[in-house]
Amino acid sequence: MAPPDPILGVSEAFRADTHEMKLNLGVGAYRTEDLQPYVLNVVKKAENLMLERGENKEYLPIEGLAAFNKVTAELLLGAQNDVIQQQRVATVQGLSGTGSLRLAAALIERYFSGSKVLISSPTWGNHKNIFNDARVPWSEYRYYDPRTVGLDFHGMISDIKAAPEGSFVLLHGCAHNPTGIDPTPEQWESIADVIQEKNHIPFFDVAYQGFASGSLDTDASSVRLFAARGMEFLVAQSYSKNLGLYAERIGAINVVCSSSDIAKRVKSQLKRLARPMYSNPPIHGARIVANVVGNPELFNDWKEEMELMAGRIKSVRKKLYDSLSAKDNSGKDWSFVLKQIGMFSFTGLNDAQSENMTNKWHVYMTKDGRISLAGLSSAKCEYLADAIIDSYYNIS
Amino acid sequence: MAQLLRSGCSGRVLCSGAVGAARSMSTAWWRHVEPAAKDPILGVTEAFLADPSPNKVNVGVGAYRDDNGKPVVLECVREAERRIAGNLNMEYLPMGGSVNMVEETLKLAYGENSDLLKDKRIAAVQALSGTGACRLFADFQKRFSPDSQIYIPVPTWANHHNIWRDAHVPQRTFHYYHPQSRGLDFASMMDDIKNAPNGSFFLLHACAHNPTGVDPSEEQWREISHQFKVKGHFAFFDMAYQGFASGDPERDAKSIRIFLEDGHLIGCAQSYAKNMGLYGQRVGCLSVVCEDEKQAVAVKSQLQQLARPMYSNPPVHGALIVSTILGDPDLKKLWLKEVKGMADRIIGMRTALRENLEKLGSPLSWEHVTKQIGMFCYSGMTPEQVDRLTKEYHIYMTRNGRISMAGVTTGNVGYLANAIHEVTKSG
Repeated sequence: MAPPDPILGVSEAFRADTHEMKLNLGVGAYRTEDLQPYVLNVVKKAENLMLERGENKEYLPIEGLAAFNKVTAELLLGAQNDVIQQQRVATVQGLSGTGSLRLAAALIERYFSGSKVLISSPTWGNHKNIFNDARVPWSEYRYYDPRTVGLDFHGMISDIKAAPEGSFVLLHGCAHNPTGIDPTPEQWESIADVIQEKNHIPFFDVAYQGFASGSLDTDASSVRLFAARGMEFLVAQSYSKNLGLYAERIGAINVVCSSSDIAKRVKSQLKRLARPMYSNPPIHGARIVANVVGNPELFNDWKEEMELMAGRIKSVRKKLYDSLSAKDNSGKDWSFVLKQIGMFSFTGLNDAQSENMTNKWHVYMTKDGRISLAGLSSAKCEYLADAIIDSYYNIS
Repeated sequence: MAQLLRSGCSGRVLCSGAVGAARSMSTAWWRHVEPAAKDPILGVTEAFLADPSPNKVNVGVGAYRDDNGKPVVLECVREAERRIAGNLNMEYLPMGGSVNMVEETLKLAYGENSDLLKDKRIAAVQALSGTGACRLFADFQKRFSPDSQIYIPVPTWANHHNIWRDAHVPQRTFHYYHPQSRGLDFASMMDDIKNAPNGSFFLLHACAHNPTGVDPSEEQWREISHQFKVKGHFAFFDMAYQGFASGDPERDAKSIRIFLEDGHLIGCAQSYAKNMGLYGQRVGCLSVVCEDEKQAVAVKSQLQQLARPMYSNPPVHGALIVSTILGDPDLKKLWLKEVKGMADRIIGMRTALRENLEKLGSPLSWEHVTKQIGMFCYSGMTPEQVDRLTKEYHIYMTRNGRISMAGVTTGNVGYLANAIHEVTKSG
């Protein structure tokens, strides 16, 4: 009997709980202030357009919808970017972030057999599963510093430096999951320096473009910094959160190469790997993205809605921080709640404390201390603050 | 700029330059990547689309076309889409997919009143169409029967080989197609079943074998099932054409029902790509029959665990369409009518193609065109003859001589017959 998934299993447990104050801060799916799922208006518009057009449901090519692949690469890198202009990126539609990561892992296993992927400690729980099932060895680099509830920058740089040359370094483009802790622009430059020094290959997981700061361009700046240096790198993208297309499974794997010829070949190999996995990717989500991003009016609408979503998260962070600071007289610095970015916050609570959150307070979260602010309403901030303070101080 | 050839990493070249300088091409990691061979099936459509000839005919990929050669979206599907439009929930499905969709899908394969369903003995998850279902099973087989191999019929859908290979399950083949008769090589097939080590895993096409269109008869299925019992073999059914073969889904599931009657614990991949025209939505189901409910729960959890690092959870849109249709008696009736319509059109085209070829005075027998069943006709043409069809007549099909009858119309059947006659008349 396989163990329940540490992340998706949380929602299952939440559903079974009947307590009136229960709070689901488990899976990172955006909720409105009323804690309802949210289908973006721009998505509804796009779907209506699609319904009117009555398009067919034929197989996509193995690499996915061409219109989608074009807009997704441009969204990531910028349409004027050299990489795009020179056609140096191999883009293949994938099954959201997971599927795109898995394709990349399979590519790595095939062409860099024995090379390791360095993943942050901690990282999204499924990263390890993906590399394990793809038979790609991995090891961790230090990332989270529990003392500061911030980035262990020196640890990160040391570990990346110490890894064998030519390792793949898995980086979260923005809104690190689960910690919410992102390097600063200066730190990104240093990270790029050491990666180039060691001839490592950067591998970005970009699941929150637009969601972190509210700006699509700002959230892509880490990736674009690497592109500007002429580096080759991989990027997995997901539209689950930023377009709310969770269940449509829409994303992409991008491999930035040194020439367009190489990019063509790499793309053909990504296709070869996808064919025995699922033959060709699902069409619905791809069409939605292509319609939204490809239509200037819808694109603007999207940007506005994204700012609203990111804005709500920033405001509950503030409210949570204010509640914690007001209720905690010990002088503990809770400002990490404000400094962290994106959907998640690493509270610094340990296993036992997180369990107390659930068992005593009916607050559902993952055992690593991660809470999803997307699932928090401003109405429940005080309750959450009480729960966190109780767990932090009364449980060890 | 100094260039260094890396030792130990073939093909990687380091170009050193000022670190941080814009546009300094640092390492080229992917230079050693060869272009992959074009997929033999999907590559045909690519070539077809690129052909400017007004006479071009696509009988390559197995996607249904109406008599005008147009893709079809079933009425029941359009209606289902209208009903689910404005669906306010795009949240992740559970890892096992849509429960409703899976339940309805199992009824189709196993029978509405199946005891297995009542007793909850079937571990089932929504899968990425037939491909995804086969791949999940192959991965499951590797993980839980690590020493096993898979016996695959000759020929089979090309992607079957890719799937079990990428799942690292060793492959063996068993005789299936009999070229001389363009039918089933039943004797050799039974020999292979008998000679395989006890407890071997076999891949069987439940109906409308792809690419040959050659299915065992009911009596033959019973013999196969019996021999499987004697040998303790595991039967994995790939059922991609239920409803499409005869027009009647119950009839098309006969092979599976025979095995179930005989008490086999089978596995089954189901797809809605063809029979509901949901190709690009990627909707299907993988099921594994277990000894009891507890085992089914355990197996399902393991299937989910395999799916999680592949795609986390399956896409919702197609699943909603399926459960909307199958959950509504009127829509389901409409679907059954439309599936029969598609199957009937294909059967009609088989008859027309054969009649045309016979009228042209072909020296060869084309009986197999109407004997074979489902979307495909294994014509018996050689790769060279197929190449001539493409070059001279702009007719696109896979080089194994497989004709997708779904691409044949009253408008092009004459042209097709004539072309086939021309390239085969000299034997």
